[in-house]
Amino acid sequence: MTDQPLLAVRDLRTHFHTFSGTVKAVDGVSFEIGQGEVMGLVGESGGGKSVVGFSILGLIDSPGKIEAGEILLDGKNLVAASEAELRKVRGREISMVFQDPMTSLNPLHSVGRQMDEVLRLHTDLDAKARQAACVEMLESVGISRAAERLKAYPHQFSGGMRQRVVIAIALLARPRLIIADEPTTALDVTIQSQILKLMRAQIAEKGASMILITHDLAVVSEMADHITVLYCGKVVERGRTRDLINAPSHPYTRGLIDSIPDTVNRHDRLSQIPGTVPDIRNLPKGCNFRDRCPRAQALCAEVEPQLEPQHGTLSSACHFPLKPGEAA
Amino acid sequence: MTGFLASEFFHNYRRSASAIIGSALMAAFAFAVLAGPFLVAQDPYDIASLNLMDSYKPPVWLPGGDPQFWLGTDGQGRDVWASILYGARISLFIGLVAMVASCTIGTLLGLIAGFYGGIVDSVIMRIADIQLSFPSILIALFLMSAVGTGVDKVLIALTAVGWVVYARTVRGSTLSEIEKEYVQAAKVAGLPNHKIIRKHVLPNVLTPLIVIATIQVGTFVLIEASLSFLGVGVPITQPSLGLLIKNGFDVLFSGLWWTSVFPGVAIMMLVFGINLFGDFLRDELNPRLK
Repeated sequence: MTDQPLLAVRDLRTHFHTFSGTVKAVDGVSFEIGQGEVMGLVGESGGGKSVVGFSILGLIDSPGKIEAGEILLDGKNLVAASEAELRKVRGREISMVFQDPMTSLNPLHSVGRQMDEVLRLHTDLDAKARQAACVEMLESVGISRAAERLKAYPHQFSGGMRQRVVIAIALLARPRLIIADEPTTALDVTIQSQILKLMRAQIAEKGASMILITHDLAVVSEMADHITVLYCGKVVERGRTRDLINAPSHPYTRGLIDSIPDTVNRHDRLSQIPGTVPDIRNLPKGCNFRDRCPRAQALCAEVEPQLEPQHGTLSSACHFPLKPGEAA
Repeated sequence: MTGFLASEFFHNYRRSASAIIGSALMAAFAFAVLAGPFLVAQDPYDIASLNLMDSYKPPVWLPGGDPQFWLGTDGQGRDVWASILYGARISLFIGLVAMVASCTIGTLLGLIAGFYGGIVDSVIMRIADIQLSFPSILIALFLMSAVGTGVDKVLIALTAVGWVVYARTVRGSTLSEIEKEYVQAAKVAGLPNHKIIRKHVLPNVLTPLIVIATIQVGTFVLIEASLSFLGVGVPITQPSLGLLIKNGFDVLFSGLWWTSVFPGVAIMMLVFGINLFGDFLRDELNPRLK
């Protein structure tokens, strides 16, 4: 094995050219994921997280376009790949788990048929072997009486069970990378941690890597090895999970962490990040976060900060980064 | 079959008077159309079997009526009842075939427009818009006067008029279906577009079409009747119900009303039956009305 990462995204820029201006949904994002690693991709709604996922799969539709950058899967650039090549990658090398299990299964086909479809497309197994593989996979995501359940339709499952099915489908062709786009957001809180544990166990067992896209830092802190925080289509901070959660250096990350409800040390009120994400069509000069930032100074309005190494394993894009132990 | 008898659909069907009347009328016409030639002694298109001495006999309950022709005869001595049975065949045949053709073409174009979007979508939907801005009978009239008359030409004209409603409906449902994550999931799984359209989008947009298709058979029967009445429809050798009305219309005001009134009643009952059943289907298949 070389130390080449499984997936390397370099300076990815995905822009949407709309009538009211160019939306730079992803603007110069870089990260790497090694074999078996889980990376959390965190940010607010509209921060460009999902667009990163769809860019990797080559599923950006007009008016969107990947303007620049490289997406290297095993050193092969997916941005330059043809549609036919991409189709071989999708489902086979990279699969995806969606947010809403209520709509990510086709209501008119049985679960077994939807699972079978993936295997038929990506393997040479005969019908019997495919059936056996489906049963085995369903069992491994914790669905009992799997052989019977293959004939069931999505509406006969509860939300949590459907998400298990969706995960089973995503794992079926033994992909090496799974992109999970808010996989637990639509689920009951009680089911969330079950599903997260299941995903982690399955990924560890199959040796796959995962990009976990979420707005929920609590979720990634349980799952991810590394975290990348996006704001307005740019990476504002990244680093090992423990460093980033315990002592973030970017005020935005700090704000995200502080807005997690904490039932153990319940201080008076839940804090929040003031304001909203700025209009991404005409971002002002300087730091995109400065209007919401408690540490902003004159420099922040003039010069856009670049990603620089901070304490520990962190890098962040801030002129006035937080030191460990320092409050925002 | 027990599954069907126990189903909610059948349960509601039994409680819906309009559904029962509608389907009874449709069943009666289906029977008349299939068994028509065996029900009547005379073949109204076999000129040799006609006798001019029998012309303009009134219905049997009027003075001068002949028990052989219970709804009377027309100017050639044709039995009006037999003409209706034969005419209904042509009317229904045209209605059904034109419906299947419009449904197929319209659905295909709607799927393509909705799925691919962009310029393809614009072109297809603008043609549909232009088409909708003319009354359908006018378009059919233009086409018929351009390509000539005949059963096949009527079918072409009706299809040209009828595909739009399917294309618009299917495009709309397709747009909302492809936003759903299972279509995204199919793309992510590496499924080629034609398979996604066929296996995932098409089955999910079909339900509203059943209702449209049912009602459209009735509409087509009426448009065909109008075309024939205006003299650009089916040829005189294959008179549909509409042409029968036209033929009788010439003598309607001479007191010989039966030659056009009875085919008119037949059309009315046929379309009425179809619409009643179509209404029931619409209520049944639309989850929002439940």
